[in-house]
Parts: sequence; structure tokens; C-alpha cells
Amino acid sequence: MNRITKIFKNNKALITYLTAGDPDISKTEEYILAMALNGADLIEIGIPFSDPVAEGETIQNAMVRALSKNINLEDIFGIVLNVRKKSDIPLVFMTYLNPMFFYGYEKFFKRCKEVGLDGIIVPDMPFEEQEEVKHFARKYSITIITLIAPTSKKRIPILAKQAEGFIYLVSSLGVTGLRSRITTDIKAIMSEIKNVTDIPVAVGFGISKTSQAKEIVKCADGVIIGSAVVKIIEQYKVNAAVKLANYASELKKAIILN
Amino acid sequence: MSKEKFGIYGGQYIPETLMNAVNELETAYNHFKNDKQFNNELKCLLNEYAGRPSRLYFAKNATEKLGGAKIYLKREDLNHTGSHKINNVLGQILLAKKMGKTRVIAETGAGQHGVATATAAALLTMECEIFMGREDIERQSLNVFRMQLLGAKVNSVETGTKTLKDAVSQTMREWSSRIDDTFYVLGSAMGPYPYPHIVRDFQSIISKEIKEQLFKKESKLPSVVIACVGGGSNSIGAFYNFINDKEVKLIGCEAAGKGVDTLETAATITKGKVGIFHGMKSYFCQTENGQIAPVYSISAGLDYPGIGPEHAYLHDTKRAEYIPVTDDEAVAAFEFLSKTEGIIPAIESAHAMYYAMQLAPKMSKDEIIVVCISGRGDKDVAMIAEYKGVI
Repeated sequence: MNRITKIFKNNKALITYLTAGDPDISKTEEYILAMALNGADLIEIGIPFSDPVAEGETIQNAMVRALSKNINLEDIFGIVLNVRKKSDIPLVFMTYLNPMFFYGYEKFFKRCKEVGLDGIIVPDMPFEEQEEVKHFARKYSITIITLIAPTSKKRIPILAKQAEGFIYLVSSLGVTGLRSRITTDIKAIMSEIKNVTDIPVAVGFGISKTSQAKEIVKCADGVIIGSAVVKIIEQYKVNAAVKLANYASELKKAIILN
Repeated sequence: MSKEKFGIYGGQYIPETLMNAVNELETAYNHFKNDKQFNNELKCLLNEYAGRPSRLYFAKNATEKLGGAKIYLKREDLNHTGSHKINNVLGQILLAKKMGKTRVIAETGAGQHGVATATAAALLTMECEIFMGREDIERQSLNVFRMQLLGAKVNSVETGTKTLKDAVSQTMREWSSRIDDTFYVLGSAMGPYPYPHIVRDFQSIISKEIKEQLFKKESKLPSVVIACVGGGSNSIGAFYNFINDKEVKLIGCEAAGKGVDTLETAATITKGKVGIFHGMKSYFCQTENGQIAPVYSISAGLDYPGIGPEHAYLHDTKRAEYIPVTDDEAVAAFEFLSKTEGIIPAIESAHAMYYAMQLAPKMSKDEIIVVCISGRGDKDVAMIAEYKGVI
């Protein structure tokens, strides 16, 4: 069992997202640790990209802020390396394919392993296009997280069967960002997934309130909170650590008391 | 696993949310492209409504002035809505209709694709929303009003460079939020499979007609076909039926902006590197960190950091050649064609005309150059006046 699957073993998992370099590199390290110490079970580190087609405004703006400071992949590998010295929390990159491709797939995965990264989530790499990276991911033991969407329908069994680590179930149509209501029948999709695999399923997109998280984990194995975390960082900038710690601990309480 | 690539280029690098939508599109397109009734309806729209076939005009004055190869102009500017964009749009919106969709969305740069989409949506009674970068809205305000007049809603895109690439990203985001009733009418031979194939097929009527028309007039093939390239739809259309005629040189003119040695350029083949963006693997202008680079051209329609995947393949295999043409050069050709032939070309098409002007004097008088005049230049007149310091 690797670091990723372990987090789902005895409990519902809390996964949080932040964008690397927003507001700066050292704060990103501090915020990861603040969330890790206060209930987050896995952290998604977003690699800023100039044109993130799957992101809503909140994360788009965070990426603009990070890129305005010229953050690059080496800086981000450095963040992982430093966090890894202090924490065993599983870390995954959320990245678009081009920064990886440009860096070189083999070099990228090799560095991921060296710094202690556990997995990657690539929103613009559907199952059909995974072939070109799979070999390197295996070679360096980096888990590729599979996304399943409300529109996946008859693709669900194929996607679920080959999934590893956990499945990222996209709660809603559209892009990342807060939603007051989630209308997708999560339960129905969950049961289709569970028909073909035992791999844990975490639900993301649009979740911000503890009540929503509580509701989601009634049928899912974990929740993923992204834009709500980024909003806190946007508001409190270099002084967000305490707010993030409190938010993570509230969310964790909500999902374990379930 | 991945479908129908052009060598290593193309693919379907899009979010999972859109995968079933492109698969559904592929199935529908593969069915209807061989459907007799669909093809008859499309032909009728192209001929009766859009005014096809477009003329292949012998530019006698320009030929004499340049003193070399004979220059023929493929007059896509004479189509309804004033550009080649209508060829693809009528095909896609008819397909959307057959698929039971009721709403179309599209990106636009110069506004030509947006106007064409709004036009076809009005004709075929579809709800229509266009996404256009704030920068382009300012550059092409008349086209914005034109789209609104045709009943479309125009959304200003405020992210990134606020130009065509951001409009494409925003249209993809919009599509992923509303798929069931919505068809994304992609304007160029780019994006995820099957779009590069669909757009190329609908635009290939350009080269089909050139071949037939030139054979009637000259009983031979052209020596050179030249077209401008942004995403590359009019060029792939003008090239396609000549790809197997190895003796025909195919030349794409990309926008060099203020020069390929400056940062203000959009010359993707000359300056770009292989990358993955907007659903496809192809050449893209990128920074040293693999970020998509801001690009620049006087022409909003060529102001795009990528190029369609089939062009990337034609470049690698050396079947086509891609030449950068600067703003200044394009403006010179814009004025030349206006003065010598009384034809005001789109500033995009003027990029292609410029290279024809360079090439013709070096060629013999029995050789033929066909230049695709992809659009008319009315939309650019005010901007050129400003560029020249006239107003």
C-alpha cells in the first residue's frame, strides 16, 4: 500500500489544493504544512499554467499571481523536497500536460520521485492520451490519478478499472470553482464505479462548505477542496496560515464525525 | 490508442468532461459525411446561400506589374459574410442541427468566424453565443455589432492576453459547463480530434474548386499555392487537394508581427516548439518554462500561438513550407492589391499576397501562383488608416 491509498484506509479523506507560488514559494511550503498538521490527508499542488482550460476564475487568478513571480518547475520541485523533510503527507501535482511535456516526460517523473512526490493529476490528459507518459510514471512509481466526470457515462467502467491510487470524481459540469448546489447524482456514479473497482473515490469541484463535505462523504471516500482554499490565500495573502489550519480542521471534523 | 493523428500531431488532450462530447461528434460526423441528404443540403447552402463556387480570378495587373508567374486569386472574400469561414460554419451548424443541438458557441479572433457562425445560426435558427477577447473586441468593434445584429450574444473574454487563444480557452470552458444542447463550432483546423479533420474537410472545397477552375482556364496545375496561416483553416483548405500532387508547392504565410527576432510575433512554425495545448499536440509559441507565450500580429485572425496539427505534420515532412511575413510587409501587400486590382484583401490574406509578390518575379511567365484571398479587408480599413497615421 502506497502513501496515497493509506489515507483512505480507516477514514474519510480530506484532500486540499493550493497553487504553487501563490503568494510565494516559502508561503506555499508553510501552507501545505499548516493544512497537513490540521487534518488534510493529501495535498494537491497546482503547477501554474498560462492557460488552464479546466479552471474557474479563482484558480486562474492564483496561477496569474504565481506566474507573475516567474515561478518555474525547479522551484516547485524544491517546495516538495522541503515539505518532504518535515512531513510524510502524500503530495500530488495538479498540472496541465504542456509544462511536463516541455520539461521532458522522463526527466519530469525522475525528479518527481527524487523529491518524494506521490502522484499527478492532469486535467487535459484523458485516458486515451495516457500512453505516452504511463511508462515513465511506472518506472518512477508515480501514481496517475484518473478523473471521472458526470458526463463520463459508459466510459466509467473502462476508466475505473485502470485507475490507481484514488479516483477523482468531478462533481459537476464546467470548471473548478465554488457552487452553492451540486446537482449531479453522485450516488449513482459512485455505485457504477464501485461495481468495477475497490479503489477509493474522492469528490471535487465546487465544494467549500463543511455541510457540503459532510454530505459528499456519505457516499464517497473523500472530498477535494480547491477554490475555497485558494480564496483564503487570495484574501489573506502571506498571513493565511492560521485561517487555512482552522479551515482544514473544521472540514476534517465534519467528515470524520459523519 | 489515440485516434487519427497526423504523425505525432493532433490527439484529444481535453478534460474528461468533454470526452463523450467529442466522441459523439466523431460518430455523428462519420455518419453524416457520407450521408447523401446531408451533402445535398450542404451543397445547396454553399451554392445558393454562401455564393459558391468562389471565383478564381486572373490578376492581370498584378501579374504584369510583378513581371513573372501568372497570379490567380481564389476569391474567398466574395463569399457571403466576406471570408472562407462560412464554408466550415455551414457544415458544422448543419451537423449540429442533425445531432439535435439547439445552441452553438464559438470563439473568434478578427470576428470573421464569429460573424459567420452568427449568420449560419440565424439562418438555421440556433441560439448563438460568441466568445471574443477584449483586445479583439476593441480592434474589431464593427464585427461585434454585426454579430449582435445577427442575434448572437457576444461575450468579452477578460483573461490572459484577451485575444484569440483566450477566447478558445473560454469557449472550451463554456462547452464543458453546458454540453447536452450545445455544439462548439470551432473555427480553425485545430483543437481535439475530430475538429482538425472536420474543419479541413469542410474547407477543402477551396482546393477542389481551384483545381477544377484552373484546369478549365489553363489545363494545368498551379506551380505554387499560397495561403495565410493562423490556426490554418483557409490554408489547409487551399492545400488539401494538392497534397498528393507533389509538383505543386504549398506555402503557408504566418504572422511575423514586428519581426521573428522580436517578442511581438505570432510565427508559430518559425519560433515555436512542439507542445500540447487546446486539445492537440502541435507547434506552439512558448516561454522557456513551457508556458504558452503571448503573441502579437497586426492581424487579429493570425494572432494565435499555435497551428493546426496537420500543418505541423506537413512542415515536418517538408510537404509544405511556412514563411513568416511581418506587419509592414502585409500592409504593403494590402495596399498593392488594393491599388493594382481594386481588391481590398483582409490583412490576414495580405500576408499570403506579400509572399506571392516576392516569388512571382523570380518565376517564369508560364508558371502559375494561386493566392487564397481568404477574406475581404473592409474590417481592416480603419485599423490600416491608423497604422499609416492617416487618422
